[in-house]
Amino acid sequence: MNFRSVATVYRKELTEWLRDRRTLISTVLVPLLAFPVLMVGMTSLMAVMMNKAEKEIPKVMIIQGENSPRLVAALQASKDLEIVPYADDWKDQISNKQIRAGVEIPPGFDASLSSKSPLTVQIHYYQGEVKSEFAARHVEDSLKSFRDDFVKERLEANNLPDSLISPFKTEKHNVAPAEKVSGAALGGLLGYMVILLSMTGAIYPAIDLTAGEKERGTMETILSSPLSRVDLVLGKFFLVLSASLSTAILSIISMGTSFYLVGHSPAMAQKDAAVFQLHVGLPTVLSVFLMALPLAVLFASALLTIALFAKSYKEAQSYLTPMTFIVVIPAVASLLPGFDLNPKLALIPILSTSLVCKEIVAGTFHWNYILLILLSSSVYAAAGLFLAVKMFQRESVLFRS
Amino acid sequence: MIEARGLSKRFHDRKRGEIRAVDNVSFTCHPGRIYGLLGANGAGKTTTLRMLATILEPTDGTAIVCGHDVVEQPEKVRANVGFLSTATALYPRLTAQELVEYFGRLNGLDEPTLKKRVDDIFNRLDMNGFRERRCDKLSTGMKQKTSIARTLVHDPPVMIFDEPTTGLDVMTARAIITFISDCRDHGKAIIFSTHIMSEVERLCDHIGIIHEGKLMADGTVSELRAKYAEHNLEEIIVKVVGPLLKNSEA
Repeated sequence: MNFRSVATVYRKELTEWLRDRRTLISTVLVPLLAFPVLMVGMTSLMAVMMNKAEKEIPKVMIIQGENSPRLVAALQASKDLEIVPYADDWKDQISNKQIRAGVEIPPGFDASLSSKSPLTVQIHYYQGEVKSEFAARHVEDSLKSFRDDFVKERLEANNLPDSLISPFKTEKHNVAPAEKVSGAALGGLLGYMVILLSMTGAIYPAIDLTAGEKERGTMETILSSPLSRVDLVLGKFFLVLSASLSTAILSIISMGTSFYLVGHSPAMAQKDAAVFQLHVGLPTVLSVFLMALPLAVLFASALLTIALFAKSYKEAQSYLTPMTFIVVIPAVASLLPGFDLNPKLALIPILSTSLVCKEIVAGTFHWNYILLILLSSSVYAAAGLFLAVKMFQRESVLFRS
Repeated sequence: MIEARGLSKRFHDRKRGEIRAVDNVSFTCHPGRIYGLLGANGAGKTTTLRMLATILEPTDGTAIVCGHDVVEQPEKVRANVGFLSTATALYPRLTAQELVEYFGRLNGLDEPTLKKRVDDIFNRLDMNGFRERRCDKLSTGMKQKTSIARTLVHDPPVMIFDEPTTGLDVMTARAIITFISDCRDHGKAIIFSTHIMSEVERLCDHIGIIHEGKLMADGTVSELRAKYAEHNLEEIIVKVVGPLLKNSEA
């Protein structure tokens, strides 16, 4: 191996890569802008929508309340509800968002309050429709308040204290700050994101440097130079690796910035904002990147090898697109609860790295597993690189027609 | 010097089975001489030239280029060869100068030598007007000149040109032919493949006619003229290849 030649190839590939508008868009602009725009835009929009939904006084229809004037009066008195006259098509009206909910009072409800067989009041709403769900909640609150008043009245009538029905109270106290609880849940995604982005960031340059060269007719040009195939592969490999890591780094910076902006946005309610306040330190982020590095090497070499086999850019794209699923499935599996590291799982590429990253973010460092995973993924990466060099030495692959 | 010794190349095709693209081809080209490799499309010229440039490995036989074996020392061979074919395109996002410098560095030239060589070649080929222009913005003629500059930057003693004037206008083609002739005058051994007989007559000292992978005729222009009792080179090719075509059709 000649380091000078590898560096020469790398510099040239980097120059071409940076001059390619498609590269700049896919590797730099999209990761940098997509997250902030999506996150800030979406969360601001959501906050506005939720505020609006919460402030709206929902239109609610009472169904069959004719002989229950007491409950009807209580519902009509509620400031949080706007009671509208009954109509037979109340179900359609809920579906069409003309009214938000319906309260179905069973016949003889008022009379049943004094009996020992309680009747059921039904709340009809449209699940998944935020405003309808808010309306149902308001109706439920009004009914609860009606029940509490009724019980209180009865107790007073019998000279009994309120404490009879609630001899004690309970209170939940969370010792973890809200932002830490939610931050940890989001932080668990860090490893997954780094792995996925290392992969997606490598796809375009891997194709461009192999099938792209074949298509442009420059493969034969470079093969006619005294450069050894090993140096050629290494120069290209380092560029693909750089692209992969820079996509991941830029995306993580962009993600962090987006979460910061959203978490500190005045439009967000404090409890909602806390969800976006990540508490993942720089050492943790660096540890995740260190663990993902051998995997990025494996991705770069595997993608180069596969893309080289293709005759054209299009063919390479059709080979590499399914690769994303191969990476996504184990990475997502690692996020499932109950999936914990063990010696066997530590040997499975992608899954092992994703699992160990999740643990690192949670503050757990199983050094034996970390070493085993680093070692195993480095072996896979070396095998991938070896295979890439071998492929570059095969005429049937280079001149496949 | 280039010495092909029984060069053969076989490919395997799923439908057609084994294909003998080049079959036991031997010839020699001395320094300061131009060897013209002629033949129809698909005759095996490009495969032969690719083997000499070590882009393809021979299935059998070998070639010695400047004392190095194409099978045993391919990298040393490539360091002594400038190879230009219709399939050797330019990197579109590099400028003409960057491209030539890139190949100079890959050939191990140090920076002062490289600068001197690049300036010299750009002056000789009249390329200074577009040296800073990206290759994807160059005309066909400019691209071909850049390709020639790329093959020459390390001053190789052996040059291989596979149809270097294809698709070029008269003036550019003429400049390139003159340039190849200059290379011969500078003592380089040149292998030249073309379909344009006027170029062969002007440049080639020695001719090889290849058909279906086999070298059917080999000699100086005057030797071939005498052997086939024909002055016109095109007619000579027809006389060499024609009977074989009739046999294969029969």
